[in-house]
Amino acid sequence: MFGRLTLEALPLYSAIAAGGAAVTVGGALLVAIVITWLGAWRYLWTEWLTSVDHKRIGVMYIVLALIMLLRGFVDAIMMRAQQAMALNSGGYLPPEHFDQIFSSHGTIMIFFMAMPFMTGLVNIIVPLQIGTRDVAFPFLNSLSLWLTASGAGLVMLSLVIGKFSTAGWTGYPPYSGVEANPGVGVDYWIWAILISGVGSTLSGINFIVTILKRRAPGMTLMRMTPFVWTALCASVLMAFAFPALTVACGLLALDRIFGMHFFTNAHGGNMMNYPNLFWIWGHPEVYILILPAFGIFSEVVATFARKSLFGYKSLVYATAAIAILSFTVWLHHFFTMGSSANVNAFFGITTMIIAVPTGVKVFNWLLTMYRGRIDFHPSMMWTIGFMITFVIGGMTGVLLAIPAADFLMHNTTFLVAHFHNMIIPGVLFGYLAGYMYWFPKAFGFELDRKWGLASFWCWLIGFYLAFMPLYILGFKGMPRRMEQYNDPSWQPYLMVAAFGAFVVLLGIASMVMQLYVSIRDRRKTADVSGDPWDGRTLEWATSSPPPAYNFAVLPEVRDREAFLEMKERGVAYRRPAAYEDIHMPKNSMVGVAMGAFAFVLGFAMIWQIWWLAAASGLAMWIAMIARSSDDDSEFKVTAAEVKRIEDARYRALATKTGSRK
Amino acid sequence: MKQAVEKLLRAAPAAGAALLASACDLRHAAVLDPKGPIALAQRDLLFDAFFVMMLVVVPVIVLTLLFAWRYRASNTKATYAPKWAESVRIDTFVWVIPALIVIAVAVLVWRSTHKLDPYRPIASAVPPLEVQVVAQDWKWLFIYPEQGIAVVNQLAFPNGRPVSLRITSDTVMNSFYVPQLAGQIYAMAGMQTRLQILANQPGKFVGRNSMYSGGGFSEQHFEVVSLTPADFEAWVAKARQAPGKLDAAAYTALAAKSRSNPIAYYSAVEPKLFDSIIAKYTHVHAAPGAAPRR
Repeated sequence: MFGRLTLEALPLYSAIAAGGAAVTVGGALLVAIVITWLGAWRYLWTEWLTSVDHKRIGVMYIVLALIMLLRGFVDAIMMRAQQAMALNSGGYLPPEHFDQIFSSHGTIMIFFMAMPFMTGLVNIIVPLQIGTRDVAFPFLNSLSLWLTASGAGLVMLSLVIGKFSTAGWTGYPPYSGVEANPGVGVDYWIWAILISGVGSTLSGINFIVTILKRRAPGMTLMRMTPFVWTALCASVLMAFAFPALTVACGLLALDRIFGMHFFTNAHGGNMMNYPNLFWIWGHPEVYILILPAFGIFSEVVATFARKSLFGYKSLVYATAAIAILSFTVWLHHFFTMGSSANVNAFFGITTMIIAVPTGVKVFNWLLTMYRGRIDFHPSMMWTIGFMITFVIGGMTGVLLAIPAADFLMHNTTFLVAHFHNMIIPGVLFGYLAGYMYWFPKAFGFELDRKWGLASFWCWLIGFYLAFMPLYILGFKGMPRRMEQYNDPSWQPYLMVAAFGAFVVLLGIASMVMQLYVSIRDRRKTADVSGDPWDGRTLEWATSSPPPAYNFAVLPEVRDREAFLEMKERGVAYRRPAAYEDIHMPKNSMVGVAMGAFAFVLGFAMIWQIWWLAAASGLAMWIAMIARSSDDDSEFKVTAAEVKRIEDARYRALATKTGSRK
Repeated sequence: MKQAVEKLLRAAPAAGAALLASACDLRHAAVLDPKGPIALAQRDLLFDAFFVMMLVVVPVIVLTLLFAWRYRASNTKATYAPKWAESVRIDTFVWVIPALIVIAVAVLVWRSTHKLDPYRPIASAVPPLEVQVVAQDWKWLFIYPEQGIAVVNQLAFPNGRPVSLRITSDTVMNSFYVPQLAGQIYAMAGMQTRLQILANQPGKFVGRNSMYSGGGFSEQHFEVVSLTPADFEAWVAKARQAPGKLDAAAYTALAAKSRSNPIAYYSAVEPKLFDSIIAKYTHVHAAPGAAPRR
């Protein structure tokens, strides 16, 4: 009846694990109580959860990302604390708990922090920047969100019922196989990734079609903003790379559930096929995350240096080159597998070739700052911090790309330091720059600058303190993922690293304070103009937050910096002669429902409750058919209604300054 | 402000001393302090690439800080060119310079990867010492076919004589790692990988598994001892005196999960034990595809 699920699944094996479960359950209850107390369930359901508006979906993605950032960071600081104290002793965490923590940290930060953050920013901004009213497939967008959320939900649930995987975020077999790991941990990991991976594939397809088919009149490909270009390239990578991950995890699931032998030690299995498949997704994934961040940096640097982006064409070609090359380097993740020197040298060299377009981008940002007028807004600070830190990570990446040198440092903390040195400044700083840059667009008021800068400095200093020691420990030959160690010379470095994590904690606390202070002072910092930074691109042409239909009349694009050109021509705030009816997609509960069924399906597969798996799979199928047969999926915003909304905006604009035309 | 500066100045010597101490410490970091030609060549490669990369890294960092400061909004004396966004000359420069650097490093990569291929025997007048390595949960077994002995968690060999390792796993994937002598390579069940070691002088080093493999992973380290030839003969003689013999039954017992195993010697080894450990995983349905590298 309940498959493998028994009362023993409760996390009573250690006080810390039970505490983690209590915090998870308590947090969820607290949120539910607050919503009930506010009487906000109906509002939440009709305005947000069932929404197919790309802006609201984007906001929900980012809320998910920030929550998961907190969870992933708790994992990080627990690991740093353990390693700081675990010299010749067990520290405070037993191996089987420590191993779950490093596995969930990586899984969460990549799949449930970075991915939703990126997807959220793309969702909010891309349709605005290309001058359209929604994405190509609004319902699919909602479905992608809820599939991602149900994956995240499974990872959180593993804290309360059963255990999480101990196989690391990459889940290499045969360790992740059923012989070495018969429990449910690896299954939690597999199903969280399978379900959210489908969501990501669908998002990729959705964005590709949106960008290629939904651009405003006059917006040729070479007039798209750098962020749209990077989002397009990242989406192509998503659509092509995620299926490889889905297949790899799917085959692993077949090995585990049905005793097949794709990746097992014996019976014709070949474990190295898994890393090959995994990294055929995994390396493009790095660029799926980092390209949109590069796009954000490009937007931010032009806006806050008050200068056109230098070398736009170069930047576009560099982006496309990176996207293509990203599929040619996967083997550099396992030079030590024992492949021939020709194979290793080939992949070492392709890896270095990627450094060329990446270097070009860095020089483009640098030359955009040259002869600009730089405003040190927090977003600009994230960008400058990124440029300086990222080149260091790029340098260590080139060192690791030399196969013979990689033999020395593979699987050590040097590698850990390297990829954090790419992902924290390259990805996270980019998203945080985007978050602080576009926040007024999404919510209609600005984020506090002072707390933003405090957050930046804590993150930057904390990053250096946390990861430079790991480079040194890599030189000292310390493998990654050690629960304890016997070399006393490692401990001082691990203590500095733990202190660095604490400084990052201050950075996260500053972000929370920033949000609190900004919401408190929202009337003072309200963005009535819709254009708080004297922006250059179309998202600043509409109000903040934009109406559901984004643009009352679709803008006509004449330049790469479309909105700047309109301002210069004096047509930026000109009222149209007349409004027309606008058709918009209706909200739908099917996305939420399918996400919920997917969650149950994943849970049932993990615990091998077959009847439940069949039932929830069937329910998903029925929901999909029902949705596909629903022809009544749009509603009309009448011209009069549009006029009323737009009149209100122009009245506000007039009272604000009167100086803007 | 003044006070803060004074405070900083007073703290400076202490910070400097700490930095110096850590720099000295770094000189003895395993990767940076190789004790054999293979690891030395690998480390030098690291240094070469590092210095080439500095050609890009240093200018980028300096220019970023310089431009950020010089073109700050409050500095109205600096030139402001809001529409300057293209220059064929600069564009060419930013594509060509990184490309040239990458070409230089690519040549380095191609040559070094072939020269330091872990399957390539070290050129030497002395024939290499053959050692077979088996990764187990959570320890390492070293079989000396020539000497007919086996050792748990200790790899000993004479200095100056190349050691040719054949590596496999009797459990999940491991990575055999000796940073001061050879770097690392994966150990995989049903397969054999290779690594070459040569130590210049006698010494003791640390070897580890660098690939996470379960609960006992953190304690899965072993001793690597380079001995003078005479000492090595004595070491072999001592091992031959050991009461334990590694027959099939003893091997099965040893292969079971265990943590923090002490160094143990076996005076005799079941013939072809290493091959049979690999065959255990391959004899059913051999995987089709390319012939394995030997």
